[in-house]
Amino acid sequence: MNGLNAKFAALADPTRRAILARLSQGEATVNELAEPFELTQPAISQHLKVLEDAGLIVRRVEGTKRPRRLATEGIEAMDQWLAMLRTALEKNYDRLDEVLLGINQKKGELR
Amino acid sequence: MSKMTLKTEGDTHLIVTRHFAAPPEAVYRAHTEPELIKKWLLGPEGWSMPVCINEARPGGKIRYEWTNGKGGEFHLTGEYVELNPYSRIVHVERMHLPDPTPDNHVETRFDRDGERTIMTLRMTLPDEQTRATMLATGMERGMEASYRRLEEMI
Repeated sequence: MNGLNAKFAALADPTRRAILARLSQGEATVNELAEPFELTQPAISQHLKVLEDAGLIVRRVEGTKRPRRLATEGIEAMDQWLAMLRTALEKNYDRLDEVLLGINQKKGELR
Repeated sequence: MSKMTLKTEGDTHLIVTRHFAAPPEAVYRAHTEPELIKKWLLGPEGWSMPVCINEARPGGKIRYEWTNGKGGEFHLTGEYVELNPYSRIVHVERMHLPDPTPDNHVETRFDRDGERTIMTLRMTLPDEQTRATMLATGMERGMEASYRRLEEMI
């Protein structure tokens, strides 16, 4: 649950969402990620750290470079959680359908 | 047509829509009469609502307590702001987990569509961070989505 909190909290920032959107197209270096934003490299690195700590991205070592990519497991954990919540909400409304059917039938009896 | 939709709007809103095969009067009643609420507002399988207080008038109190019978329990409190039978309800609510979550301002509309109802829930959270946390911690009635939908949020 805490892990999910960190994931959703990480998503609350527009820059970090943009970084994830960029990474959904493939791996990128810190410089490539910093390019579209008017941010210093330390600022970008801070955002990357938040995403990494939340388990949403991972880094690879390639010489002096540390390219980042999406962490499939982290994204899937979020996805599963959201799907479960959605199911719970849909279950509520499916039950409400039944309740409404009961109300309609009662009305019918009165007629 | 009865399929639920859920989407984010702006930085602080969450919008849920759902069609029901009943007129607005019935859907409104199912949202304001405790005996009816206890039958459906339960979340995942296995949970029940032993306490359901719903004073459907401006300023009226809302208190829902859920339990899974295995030691798991939590509750929600709220207050009604405005009620327009059978078309619109405005209320404020918060979950207690057990610490209270930030207030969620909810406007629920019941729009007539022939013999059916289009229900639209518009939730307003204090800020984007709160909305994100709400998605993570359960969104009292549950939330969203496939990976495609997650991408929409991003």
